[in-house]
Amino acid sequence: MRNGTTHCRYAEDVNPAFPAEIMAKPGGEALRDCIQCGTCSGACPMSVHMDLTPRRVIALTRAGLERDVLESATPWLCASCYECQVRCPRDIKVTEVMYALKRRAIEKGMYPKRFPIPVLAKAFYNMVATHGRNSESRLLIELAFRTNPFSLLKMAPIGIKLLRTGRMALGQDHTKNPKEIKAILDAMEES
Amino acid sequence: MTAYAYYPGCSLSGLGKPYDESLRAVFGHLGLGLEEIPDWNCCGATSYMSVSEDKAVALAARNLAIAEKRGAEVVAPCAACFLVLTKAQHMMAEYPALAAKVHTGLRAAGLTYEGRAVVRHPLDILVNDVGLDAIRAKVTRPLAGYRVAPYYGCQVVRPYGTFDDPLRPQTLDRLMAAVGAHVVDYPLKAHCCGGSLTGTMEEIGVRLNFLLLKEAKARTANVLATVCPLCQYNLEAYQGKMRHTFNEDVSLPIVYFTQLLGLAFGLSPASVGLQRNFVTAEPLPAMA
Repeated sequence: MRNGTTHCRYAEDVNPAFPAEIMAKPGGEALRDCIQCGTCSGACPMSVHMDLTPRRVIALTRAGLERDVLESATPWLCASCYECQVRCPRDIKVTEVMYALKRRAIEKGMYPKRFPIPVLAKAFYNMVATHGRNSESRLLIELAFRTNPFSLLKMAPIGIKLLRTGRMALGQDHTKNPKEIKAILDAMEES
Repeated sequence: MTAYAYYPGCSLSGLGKPYDESLRAVFGHLGLGLEEIPDWNCCGATSYMSVSEDKAVALAARNLAIAEKRGAEVVAPCAACFLVLTKAQHMMAEYPALAAKVHTGLRAAGLTYEGRAVVRHPLDILVNDVGLDAIRAKVTRPLAGYRVAPYYGCQVVRPYGTFDDPLRPQTLDRLMAAVGAHVVDYPLKAHCCGGSLTGTMEEIGVRLNFLLLKEAKARTANVLATVCPLCQYNLEAYQGKMRHTFNEDVSLPIVYFTQLLGLAFGLSPASVGLQRNFVTAEPLPAMA
């Protein structure tokens, strides 16, 4: 998203290894079969909000234009509704491709900055790795502090209703032995 | 008595508390046992999968391993939990390298998973195991006057749910009709509510949910039934913001399908947690 929309792509913008690396991820195998029909973009409830439609993300991924894809908001706006995936006439696992792109964007630190969705994903990840369970209210409060503390004021009316109806668990829920979760994750790290 | 291994997930002790209460009440009333999976952990939802795929699968697999040892089918009412648990099974079966890594992780916690766990959504169990005839036989207060928009959302029917059509599901329609409700034709029934995006990208989420409710209203629904705690929350909690943003009143009671079943079975509104909904029993159509 450099300098608005006027950027031309050159050979130096291409990472030739990128397409094969995404196709090597679970769900990425069929990427080569895409016929650019646009069924995914048409089915996607989020595409009107995206800077790149899902069809364009697939085209750019296959062209090796890694930076365009990873700096795009599109993978993060995917809500995992899987409508593109079940409608795709070429059996491309579009939703799984979006997941592969999200993970790569986090690995490479290339996701759009000040964007709350990767912040939430990482906060969620850390909470579950530490406690074994997630506590929604705590997660939302942490997210607000990390992105826009003023949003807490806007959320207050809903928060009060949740409290009143007994639907806001304020404590941090956890498994009996959170070390067991840590042992699983550590063992995988080492393997 | 058939007993199921119950995987409530994190939402059902918070936002989704009335789902937990009504599910337990309805299963109890039908003589179905729910035994909570001991010391279950978070499924990881969409967030964990966005950071680490193999670890996300391992987290889900820990629950499957514990359930497998008990030998009962798993009931996962939350759509995200249902998706993640079934997805973990598919991934382990299709990708041996990933499965090997997950097994390594599980072994470190003294667990093994052989891939035998069966994960079910309560909607599937009620329609296909209990059956509509048995459900009908339990109805003491048919939901006459209820014009229900049956809302499935995404992840219960896509992509791993096998009990219904992924784009034009019918199970909830049939179940609601069986308890005496008028089921309205609702073409957006399997369209997305935005999931956790409604929390992170509120403007986008509010628009999506506004469209869902506007259509339900246009189809003359007076109540919308959901099968997922996040759908229920998104559709219910932002109704004030929808009115403010779009200058149009689309407010509608948003209830769990299990709450409606409980009411039809003659259970009290409190026993199905109806007082916890933002739009409470009062605006619900009067009982016949």
